[in-house]
Amino acid sequence: MAHVAIRGYSYCLNHTPELGLHYGNTPYMERKSHGETEFIKKLPDHVQSFDEACCYPPNQVYIGGMDLDALVDHPAPMYLNRLKNAPRFGKFGEIMPENEFLGLMDICDVFDLIWLDETFASDVSGALAKHPVMNQKVLSRLEKGHASSEIEEEVSKHGALPLYFQGKIAGCCRKGHDVDESLSAHVLLENIASKAGSVLALLHLLKSTELAPGDVDYVIECSEEAAGDMNQRGGGNFAKAVAEIAGCTSASGYDVRSFCAAPVNAMIAGAAQVASGARPNVVVLAGGAIPKLFMNSRDHVKKGMPALEDCLGNFAILLDPDDGTCPVMRLDALGKHSVGAGSSPQAITSALVLEPLQKLGLTFSDVDKFAAELQIPEITVPAGAGDVPVANFKMIAALAVMKGQLTKEEMPAFVKQKGIPGFAHTQGHIPSGVPFIGHACEAIAEGKYRRVMIIGKGSLFLARLTNLSDGASFIIEPGTGSSRQQGVTREDVREILLEALSELSKGLTG
Amino acid sequence: MDLQNQQRVKDAADKYGAENLVVILGSSDAEGAEIYAETVTNGDPTFAGPLAGVPLGLAVYNIFEQDIREEADASIWEEQISMMEMVLDTEALANAVKGVREQYGKYTL
Repeated sequence: MAHVAIRGYSYCLNHTPELGLHYGNTPYMERKSHGETEFIKKLPDHVQSFDEACCYPPNQVYIGGMDLDALVDHPAPMYLNRLKNAPRFGKFGEIMPENEFLGLMDICDVFDLIWLDETFASDVSGALAKHPVMNQKVLSRLEKGHASSEIEEEVSKHGALPLYFQGKIAGCCRKGHDVDESLSAHVLLENIASKAGSVLALLHLLKSTELAPGDVDYVIECSEEAAGDMNQRGGGNFAKAVAEIAGCTSASGYDVRSFCAAPVNAMIAGAAQVASGARPNVVVLAGGAIPKLFMNSRDHVKKGMPALEDCLGNFAILLDPDDGTCPVMRLDALGKHSVGAGSSPQAITSALVLEPLQKLGLTFSDVDKFAAELQIPEITVPAGAGDVPVANFKMIAALAVMKGQLTKEEMPAFVKQKGIPGFAHTQGHIPSGVPFIGHACEAIAEGKYRRVMIIGKGSLFLARLTNLSDGASFIIEPGTGSSRQQGVTREDVREILLEALSELSKGLTG
Repeated sequence: MDLQNQQRVKDAADKYGAENLVVILGSSDAEGAEIYAETVTNGDPTFAGPLAGVPLGLAVYNIFEQDIREEADASIWEEQISMMEMVLDTEALANAVKGVREQYGKYTL
């Protein structure tokens, strides 16, 4: 069985501007290196409110509250042409406000690391109690909170990091060890936030697929954080930690890492386990990255625009056998950027796009949409990084020209027809292909697309272990019910034997 | 230009001499290419890295400038670069770097 069903998907954002202002890497390093500079002083004036974030068109597309095609025609700049009264919930998930997210972080903390102010905890408890995907078991994990004096002392004397809401200290994240940098308050804050984002996406997935938590068999987590201690800095395992909070008691799991290529690699790892029959189902998920909040804000401030990088991105995808009712991942034509493939854009595009198509005897025109790096262009263009999605589609078009499947004059039309607009936050692993899976599956189910390709690319060289980059890709198509055709049953054998005996008998008598 | 790369360029200039060094940029964005070119000629304009206030004046070129293209093996160029020629605004990139080199550079090929 080379096809695996994409049974469900959820996509959530956590609007966390105050985590970003204090712990996003750009403002954090600026403050640490140069103190309260002009940039640091101006940045809060560029922060979007929660309502503004909800009404920002790419955010709505991410959570399934707006059609992807509508984004193509939406007037630019989109931050000056927001939607009116856009809701917090979309068909794929939600945009969670910061106070609830801090509450969810406390829910996800099992080592008494997150302390919330008691008044804040009480307020947020009321808000989370009304949340459609929270259940009593999850909510019961929320602490009653601490006196503000206790939190102040923990911050001033014991190295805890303050957590803010509306400019006031709402709690703190404590360190996990006196000297271990891997268990510093900063690292633990990033890890717990990533875990909480994954939990939120998983809870939404369980609700939308109506899968009981106890029926989840396996979880593969693919964020960019490292959980461990000083003896094993990336020991893991986020996946089981997430499954535990969501009540997936029958599940186990592990983490996959490959920078921004991790989600596509994790999808392939999960699908391979389902396809082999090793697992009845696998959830692939990831939470967001606090360090990337406000990553390009220096340029946004300089250019007098909103600092748009105020959301953590999360997703969860459920894979199970292909019964013909859902779109499927094809495992017989995966794109792989091998060690020897070379690192030029030409080599990478060939390995990830051309080679899988050649394997299936297909051409570039046989794919309705390609989805590679899907960063919101309004975030990256002012920072000098260009329109990343368009650059990717142009590379695919240029390769098609080189292979004689397109003329140079047809390139702009190809880019428009086969590309999609960027709508994902610059959260590293999040924009890399996977945000399109939800929209793609809906369009395939409606018969609008017959084939799409999801492409992940990762900058491995950032870790200083190798100069290589990584990449992987897979194709999604309508389901075929291949799992029903799998193997030979006792009945099948009986029928074949009867048929053969009948033939033999005819031969003897005739 | 990130601080590590600035240090690598500075170290190479110290070791081999600025007159013996050529910097070839592959940046896909003209504005970014200008900043890189300025960093290795007039010094780091952001005053954040090791090349802040260090005007090395290096011979800096964009990969798409004709001088560099002529140096490259045609078959390797075809295999590694030709696709990106269709994707990028090669003239704008070449002109951006050339302009900075002519303004601040002390050396050429």
